Amino acid sequence: MENFLTKFPEMPKETYRAMKKGVDASYKSFAREYGDAIDAFFEPLLQLLVFFEKLLISTPWPIVLGVILALTYWGSRSVKITISTFLAFIFIGYFKMWNETMSTIAIIMTSVLISVAIGIPTGIAMSRSDRTQAIVTPILDLMQTMPPFVYLIPIVMLMGIGKIPGLIAVVVYAIPPLIRLTNLGIREVDKEALEAADAFGSTPWQKLTKVQLPMALPTIFAGINQTIMMALAMVIIAAMIGVKGLGQPVLQSIYNQYFTKGVLYGLAIVIVAIVFDRVSQSYGKRIQKHRSGKLIDD
Amino acid sequence: MTKKISIKSLYKIFGKDPKRAMEYVQNGIGKDQLLEKHNHVLGLSDINLDIEDKSIQVVMGLSGSGKSTLIRHINRLIEPTSGSVNVEDQEITNLDLGELRDFRRQKTAMVFQKFALLTHKTVLENVSFGLDIQKKDPNEAKNRAMKWIDRVGLTGYEKKYPQHLSGGMQQRVGLARALTNDAGILLMDEAFSALDPLIRKDMQDMLLELQEELHKTVVFITHDLDEALKLGDNIAILKDGKMDQEGIPAEIILRPKTEYVRKFVEDVNRTRVLKAKHIMEKINGINTSGAMLVNQEDFLEKFMEKFVQVKPENILVQDERKNNKGVITSKRLSEILRK
Repeated sequence: MENFLTKFPEMPKETYRAMKKGVDASYKSFAREYGDAIDAFFEPLLQLLVFFEKLLISTPWPIVLGVILALTYWGSRSVKITISTFLAFIFIGYFKMWNETMSTIAIIMTSVLISVAIGIPTGIAMSRSDRTQAIVTPILDLMQTMPPFVYLIPIVMLMGIGKIPGLIAVVVYAIPPLIRLTNLGIREVDKEALEAADAFGSTPWQKLTKVQLPMALPTIFAGINQTIMMALAMVIIAAMIGVKGLGQPVLQSIYNQYFTKGVLYGLAIVIVAIVFDRVSQSYGKRIQKHRSGKLIDD
Repeated sequence: MTKKISIKSLYKIFGKDPKRAMEYVQNGIGKDQLLEKHNHVLGLSDINLDIEDKSIQVVMGLSGSGKSTLIRHINRLIEPTSGSVNVEDQEITNLDLGELRDFRRQKTAMVFQKFALLTHKTVLENVSFGLDIQKKDPNEAKNRAMKWIDRVGLTGYEKKYPQHLSGGMQQRVGLARALTNDAGILLMDEAFSALDPLIRKDMQDMLLELQEELHKTVVFITHDLDEALKLGDNIAILKDGKMDQEGIPAEIILRPKTEYVRKFVEDVNRTRVLKAKHIMEKINGINTSGAMLVNQEDFLEKFMEKFVQVKPENILVQDERKNNKGVITSKRLSEILRK
């Protein structure tokens, strides 16, 4: 009795060991059986990532910088942000971090593309059915609270170390806010506007594309911004399973106590993050400029 | 006069199992009991209403009376629990989704209380929305939209976004959007209720002026009796989901059927609503020599001042061709005004 109160009644050691062994063994055999098929399935993503990476690294740096600045200006319409971006990338290049930065940008681009391609349709599906929402929400909770290190284990067991498992880990980490905000944005669209769409005879598809998505766009865009930021944060952790880019030198610096190198690469990550954030935010604000404004009296 | 819309024994019950609740209602259970015992809301109860072609039908009631629910049955934004809605001999309740969309596109257009404009579209894009949905040629859509933007007095604002406009202007966009659809039926759900009194009056005048030339069948929802009397060719008064009284404005004022309607019409300025023909009596030997002459279509307001100055014994009511139609004695007139 005394024993029962002071020590929680645990699973017997033997059973626990057998359970671990059993689960590990069956997962390993699953990995052996289907590993190749899964690799083949994700091959196109790898191709996309490699394409972006090669493009960014093999193109002469002045052209890449020019395109980045052009995109920055197109997105933000702000000379200030464009000049800051220019100075930031000069800093990155001067301190020998150009190629790693390009690798990181490539994986961010790829993972954000994948997140948008999966996240927006999922968010739309959630917004259209309370049941789908009830099923997807706990999965998103799990993805957001489970420490990334834990789901790195099965991904690595399944696909080894490399770009694809890294990409998957980044997408898993970065996609939840986009799904949530797409769902929220569509659900928050003014009920009377939806009624008007119905009253004028819209098909469900017209209602979605002409009313719901455009009216939810600012919220969806906030989701994309969040996804970009989270992808950047995850790129560092993903370096542990072989993702090239700014994360690997940071890890190296931790293991070897290279203070200066660590700080420089850390700063490069901050710079990329700030540039992405400012550009995507000011783009988001610009596309919804008409939503606020002065009242004209009649 | 032909019937455009015919609503017959329409019921709407909100709740989990309206079909079962409908049985209770048919067994004579009341609205309060239905809510208390069975947790269902009786939205509309046995509504019968025929709406004449090219007329303005006002549906009036306080909030919770079911008036907005009723108008949404005409384009089936709300599904009825039981009953029939017939438009031009087409049974709306039987349409499948595709037919319903075509019906909404071609036969009806709607104006909403809070405007329900699309905030991401310009005034022009909002006004041509109905045609856009119908996949009409963009140039044609633009031309037709511009015509109505001009007609409601918003030329020059077509590239603005709704947020940049005042409430009155926004509702003119809503009206132009509905008119651009070129549908025979115009559904207006408390369309002017959110506007300031002065702007509301402008909009009412604009609607009447448009109706003079367009001759639409308008169903107009309001909670404001003055608005109802001003606009309505016919008025239906709803209370707690039931039809309390239905008729032309003069009938509602002169012969209120229930206490509820009586209270409503108590403070109305009758001289503005009643015409000579509404209160005249048969001549039957009354001496009309020296009587004041008025046209039967004149509102009392029009000849009140002259009546007070001249103080005739009787008023002789005539039609356009000066045929005698009836007589109003001064006693009758003061009775009508005193009530």
